[in-house]
Amino acid sequence: MLTVRLGGSLVSRAGGRTEFQLEGRNIMEMLRHLGQICPELQPMIEKNVVSVAVDGQIYRDALLHPLDPGNEIILLPRMAGG
Amino acid sequence: MPLDAKTSKDKKTFKSVGTSPIRPDGLDKVTGRARFGADMSAPGMLVGRILRSPHAHAKIKSIDTSKAEALPGVKAVITSADLPKHKGADEDILINIMARDRALYDGHAVAAVAAIDPAVARKALKLIKIDYEVLPHVTDVDLAMLPDAPLVHPGRYDGAAENEHLASGLQEKGKAKSKRKSTNIVSRYDFGHGDVKKGFKQADVIVEHEFTTEATHQGYIEPHACLANVSSDGSGELWVCTQGHFMVRDVCAALLGMDVSRLRVTPSEIGGGFGGKTTVFIEPVALALSRKAGRPVKVVMSREEVFRASGPTASSSIKVRLGARKDGRFVAAEAVLKYQGGAFPGSPVEMGAMTAFACYDLPNVKIVGYDVVTNRPKQAAYRAPGAPMSAFAVEGCVGELAEKLGMDPIDLRKKNAAVEGTKSSYGPTFGPIGLVETLDAAKKHKNYKVKLGKNQGRGVASGFWFNFAGNTCVNINLNVDGTLALAVGTPDIGGSRASMCLMAAEELGIPYDDVRAIIADTSSLGYNDVTDGSRVTFASGLATINAARDCAAKLCERAAKIWGIPADAVKWENGAAHPAGSNAGNFPPLSIKELAAQAHSTGGPIAGHYEVNADGAGPSFATHVVDVEVDPETGYMKVLRYLVVQDAGKAVHPAYVEGQFQGGAVQGIGWVLNEEYIYGEDGRLQNPGFLDYRIPVCSDVPMIDTVIVEVPNPGHPYGVRGVGETSIVPPLAAVANAVSAAMGVRATTLPMSPPRVLAALKSKST
Amino acid sequence: MSNVHVTTTINGDETEYVCRPDESLLDVLRDRLGISGSKEGCGTGDCGACSVTLDGRLVCACLVMGAEVAGHKIETIEGMADGEDLHPLQQKFLEHAALQCGICTPGFLIAAKSLLERNLDPTETEVRYWLAGNLCRCTGYDKIVRAVLDTAKDMRKAARKTSAKKSAKKGARHAA
Repeated sequence: MLTVRLGGSLVSRAGGRTEFQLEGRNIMEMLRHLGQICPELQPMIEKNVVSVAVDGQIYRDALLHPLDPGNEIILLPRMAGG
Repeated sequence: MPLDAKTSKDKKTFKSVGTSPIRPDGLDKVTGRARFGADMSAPGMLVGRILRSPHAHAKIKSIDTSKAEALPGVKAVITSADLPKHKGADEDILINIMARDRALYDGHAVAAVAAIDPAVARKALKLIKIDYEVLPHVTDVDLAMLPDAPLVHPGRYDGAAENEHLASGLQEKGKAKSKRKSTNIVSRYDFGHGDVKKGFKQADVIVEHEFTTEATHQGYIEPHACLANVSSDGSGELWVCTQGHFMVRDVCAALLGMDVSRLRVTPSEIGGGFGGKTTVFIEPVALALSRKAGRPVKVVMSREEVFRASGPTASSSIKVRLGARKDGRFVAAEAVLKYQGGAFPGSPVEMGAMTAFACYDLPNVKIVGYDVVTNRPKQAAYRAPGAPMSAFAVEGCVGELAEKLGMDPIDLRKKNAAVEGTKSSYGPTFGPIGLVETLDAAKKHKNYKVKLGKNQGRGVASGFWFNFAGNTCVNINLNVDGTLALAVGTPDIGGSRASMCLMAAEELGIPYDDVRAIIADTSSLGYNDVTDGSRVTFASGLATINAARDCAAKLCERAAKIWGIPADAVKWENGAAHPAGSNAGNFPPLSIKELAAQAHSTGGPIAGHYEVNADGAGPSFATHVVDVEVDPETGYMKVLRYLVVQDAGKAVHPAYVEGQFQGGAVQGIGWVLNEEYIYGEDGRLQNPGFLDYRIPVCSDVPMIDTVIVEVPNPGHPYGVRGVGETSIVPPLAAVANAVSAAMGVRATTLPMSPPRVLAALKSKST
Repeated sequence: MSNVHVTTTINGDETEYVCRPDESLLDVLRDRLGISGSKEGCGTGDCGACSVTLDGRLVCACLVMGAEVAGHKIETIEGMADGEDLHPLQQKFLEHAALQCGICTPGFLIAAKSLLERNLDPTETEVRYWLAGNLCRCTGYDKIVRAVLDTAKDMRKAARKTSAKKSAKKGARHAA
């Protein structure tokens, strides 16, 4: 089981929930599971408007990045710079 | 002593990286030969011009283009009817580049013409008749959030975010819960951890202020410009000044229903961007005009158009509460941020919320952000989007806490500074970071010891930016003379070609001058993300290093073939292939020039390649120190000295790293001194020109002193961190803290232009 | 409106063109003559990116009419280097990394050259006020000011050498 925390607009989309226990060997599988148990987030996941911070490192598109239960995983809205 | 002694033992030694040679594109730029967006022409080229709404908000009842079309010399006229009725992710962009049923801001494009010369094009615009029904408008973020505000998009936002806002109790008291089903509040963002209520109970001192900042523009000196050429077979070419030509290609192809493979986009030299050229405005319009006219069309924005109709940054309204114990330790922090980002969703409030308290290790922190739409142009990214405003508010409170506690402002920041292992206010835990190192270096600097005189004040502020990485694809081709042609896909806005050449030279052990970098067009490389998020030196650099390694491996293979030994018995060192050890055989080294000279007869051309969706861009922190003097008679504020200390991880080309520090600082100074979008009661922009929108000029600023701190980023082979954006995060706060100290009253409104300084001084004396 | 026929001198070359009476010198240079080193940042004389000299006087080409330069001498960035030899200011701008995007660079170089022709020993403040009509958004001006001051220093040194040589020659001739 992965412990996944939410931040930003995802919190209000998920009805105030900030933490989920999810299955998945990588970011793609984790997001798929999240979309199943929290359908409100499915549109954001589909539109690829989320970033995932794994152990402090922010990943924007790396769906195949491996995850394991020891990781600190935080789901954030997608970010862009100037 | 090295500033980052704790990590210096892990540091690589470099030959090329860390020197500041002349950039490869330099000669063209000092002789006028460099070709920017507006410098290209094509045979049979037409002039494109865009008609814009004079109203802040109006229904477009009808558009009559017949007279314009009939004017001799006019070859095409388009309106939104000529563009696909696109739904989906890019629809906001499509409506922003050409209004559909309503004009949403002053300057919103409503029609465009292509004509044989500028005079005919101007005349044609005047012949287009538009029947507008003027609608109520709103341009201010706080007013747009009121329950009875005019709606920018009636029915689009369901009021959920507004009701949360009203229910949160964070707005002014006495407002009833909204009964509206529609609102200008697009979304709400929550960040934080711990329990702020409990935290504030532990506080001995609490400071609380409301802050506002005005919208500013990136102010790049080169207006948007492009030359489009669409053939009758549907294939097209576009020459354009942009921060991301692959983005331009994909977005334009999607908006116009073209095949991506049939649109080739070539980036011109770019005359500044700072985030403002990370989207499209005129490019799809030029392509549509060219498609309709069957001829090349050049569109160049005027400066007035740049101000009215490109993408300035958000204005903001921010409330911050910060509590500390007597010893200076922060125990609780809370912020509510409201940013308007113009007529479409996407203000950078979320990143303002995430960066607000990122410099500090906080046990209890709560941040709420609201994204609000108004009748203003759709904002675009501006250097560390969203962060300078929230830093202004938070660092203002930190500065005031230091005063109330009688502590040195650098010591107070150091006591609470985020370090490796700190759980950041936006969620993730930090890896190795260099905030403390910047604070230490700032405190040691001579500027911090200068004694201040009458009406003078000193300000300190720290700032943070994430830095991004992303999709990157690089080619290196070995030429017959042993020099390298390096092709990268990220437009060079601040000297990045020089940095790429340095890294390739470093990796291959050859002279810097033997590598020439170009920015390749969209048909020559795989997809590259936009030059944004301070990503280029990091990500394109990482890809260049790996492409050079790929090239070196192929050179070793070639040498192995020539020597008749296995490839793994050859190593690359100092620009030549060597036998890896005495067992491999006794061969004199083969230099890159020797291998290149015989490449064609030993197996063909040699090239290195690398593509990656990079990650691992380490965040960057900075601390700025500034002294100002205020003239109590006129309200004029003079910046006396300015210091930027920032962590670059590893400075590849130190002179251009300093340039990023200095440029960011002066843009930030402008945000405090004078720069602001001023809207009239009629919702029209009143200062769309450099005379009235005053960016800093040479005589407004002193020399900008810099200290480059190097805490290596473990995510990059050389330790590089992005440097472009962090430098604009602290200056708003630093200068505001300095002017507050000089005035003896806190500056909570930007810009602190002379009338505001006088008003603040007056408020103190009454 | 009928077009105007103009004969003028640009970077030492006699040049002829026709232009509309309402057309700026900048548009003539860029669009009619293909001399595109002068840039248009504003078209209202606020940014200095189109700085050129007109009979040695520093002007914004966007504020001068193409029709009014008949018989005058115009110098643009394209005429600043002497063949392959860069003007000392051009060389110092490169060495000091005094440009980032480079769009303002032609204007700064023309303006700085005009300053040094009048005052080869400017103070930092004099440099800053002389260049206050040229906007740069990338550099924060620091490296530009340093490049100009450094060029002035070198040019003073060179001027001293030349005059020392001249007076030495004079002295030698006198003795002979």
